[in-house]
Amino acid sequence: MKFTWFNLMPWPYLPDDFRETNRSVWVDIDQRLFDPAKSHEVYNTYMDLLEYAGTLGFDGIGVNEHHQNGYGIMPSPNIIAAGLARRTKDPAIVVLGNSIALYNPPVRVAEEFAMLDCISGGRLVAGFPVGTSMDTNFCYGQIPSLTREKYQEAHDLIIKAWTTRDPFAFNGRYNKLRHVNIWPRPIQQPHPPVHIPGGGSVETYDFCIDNTYSYSYLSFSGYLRAQALMDGYWRRVEERGAPDKSPYRAGFAQTICVAETDEEAERLYAEHVSYFYNRCLHVYPGFADAPGYRTIKTIQTGALSQYAPPVGGYAQLTWKDLVEGGHVIAGSPETVRQRMEELIKGLHVGNIFCLMHVGNMPADKCMYSTRLFAEKVMPKLRNIFPEYADDTRFWCKPLEHRVTAGALPAAPARAPIPAE
Amino acid sequence: MELKTVQTPHVPVRYITGGAGPALVFLHGAGGITPDDPLLAALAKGHTVYAPLVPGYGDSEECGEIRDMLDFTLHSWDVVAALGLTDPILVGHSMGGMIAAEMAALQPNDVSRLGLIAPAGLWDDDHPIPDLFATLPYEMPALLFHDAEAGAALLTAGRDVTDPGFLQTYLVTNARQLGMAGRILFPIPERGLRQRLYRIRAKTVLVWGDSDRLIPPVYAHAFKKGIAGAELVSIPEAGHMVTLERPQAVADALGRLG
Repeated sequence: MKFTWFNLMPWPYLPDDFRETNRSVWVDIDQRLFDPAKSHEVYNTYMDLLEYAGTLGFDGIGVNEHHQNGYGIMPSPNIIAAGLARRTKDPAIVVLGNSIALYNPPVRVAEEFAMLDCISGGRLVAGFPVGTSMDTNFCYGQIPSLTREKYQEAHDLIIKAWTTRDPFAFNGRYNKLRHVNIWPRPIQQPHPPVHIPGGGSVETYDFCIDNTYSYSYLSFSGYLRAQALMDGYWRRVEERGAPDKSPYRAGFAQTICVAETDEEAERLYAEHVSYFYNRCLHVYPGFADAPGYRTIKTIQTGALSQYAPPVGGYAQLTWKDLVEGGHVIAGSPETVRQRMEELIKGLHVGNIFCLMHVGNMPADKCMYSTRLFAEKVMPKLRNIFPEYADDTRFWCKPLEHRVTAGALPAAPARAPIPAE
Repeated sequence: MELKTVQTPHVPVRYITGGAGPALVFLHGAGGITPDDPLLAALAKGHTVYAPLVPGYGDSEECGEIRDMLDFTLHSWDVVAALGLTDPILVGHSMGGMIAAEMAALQPNDVSRLGLIAPAGLWDDDHPIPDLFATLPYEMPALLFHDAEAGAALLTAGRDVTDPGFLQTYLVTNARQLGMAGRILFPIPERGLRQRLYRIRAKTVLVWGDSDRLIPPVYAHAFKKGIAGAELVSIPEAGHMVTLERPQAVADALGRLG
């Protein structure tokens, strides 16, 4: 199993009446709710928490990209990842990812990911999302029905830039480049492992299967609701004639809260979980799915945006609703272990993105929950898929000998003597 | 009115046709058009009307090769050629008006009569056009009609919104139609027409609903200023869907083109 500790980086100061007084947490969220001076502490605490998780044995620490979004103050995940690459030594740096259709030209992503791979000593896991409709269409102005074509071209360009050792010309529809020749290039060969976040589109399944990329379902609605979607993916893996059904072909994001007992979990975390599910996910439905963003084939399979309003409209979700419904896995280490095992076996996923900082959770509670998970839950889940223990295709391959950041020699008192 | 098909170099095109008299090509707006459209009926009294559907609209085939403004404009000229028409009266509503204006600017010698009904295509920072693509169905009538209540009835006529299959059909139709429209209208319905308007030589009639809240009448004046000799006919008590609210008044205004 591979466990990645993930921080969405929610803004923790949305007011209590946010839902009543604002139409959306995303796209046209009120600028005045963001306080730059307060964000100084928020950013640094969030990065500290990622670094902390990196010391506890998590396989990776993860960041992602959202724009104009109250629950994700990370428009550039690469900036955060660069800080983490310096301040951590062992965990994979999982950037999930860069919305490659938004970069002009996308060689920028090839370059920045290469830099991250080089600085971290080969610890990069590279994510290429299409990006949500809110980010890609409504914030960044991409034409919905051309987004996938542009994404595909960006992907082809990045992979070619990573794997071609001589300058080449790229005559794309959206990118015309006479001299592609990235400098630097990544440590990992032929290129860093690629994870593709998806939301149930069949085209994305095939894209992952054909390229040996890991398919990540980044849902907030938990593992019980993910069963049909992941079953569809595994059916497709079989239909498409993939050589194996390695669980590392898939990843899943799950909100997790651990305490000593189930009761303590509710007492400690209920308010923060409520903050996330009832305030942070308050997205104006008009932004959920620009017409043309989702393919006809995908709509016909019934996969709707997770940001579309639920049947029956929005309601205030309680702790009980969220825990029983599996949105959140919470409780004592034993409760969490049982439910995580159900999740991992049920969905057949080898990569877990642990959403352990939730909503407006303060650092101490987040550290408590994270440590309990790392010490009392994670070890018991490690070997669920022993037959795939040697499958390294979907994870990073760091250099064996990596430098320690900040390890300059003492400042020289006189001119250094040149080495012979 | 009948629904027929004509082959063009990129894709077979469905078109609504009927009536008798001089040829008139009508290009529909982002909402699409059906054979029972009241404006087409009014125009068919004195014209042979041809109303081609943009690929992906109605039951017509989609076309991945039509991506940008030039593609839309040339495709529309391909349709006119495939229909065997020379210098038809060219009329467009909203998105169709944008395409018609582009056609007239691109090939000014091939269009002598142009009717633009609340066309898209210009942008004024002081009067931003609402984001149609982020507008929910229940918000549409107030944006599109002078009389929102009557407009809502028109929009939902013949549809069973309680049918469980309705949402999926609605989403597929939206993805096909507005997905295609988005290629020239998203996120801002402007693709450089302003700098080409001077090329239009056609006798031009602009028709605008006084209570158009999607593309407000201030845009009528921008078009009038940009197209030499253009006449503006304002229609009271009508919104952006002036074609549905006051079809006869629109047909009468277009009558000035001959």
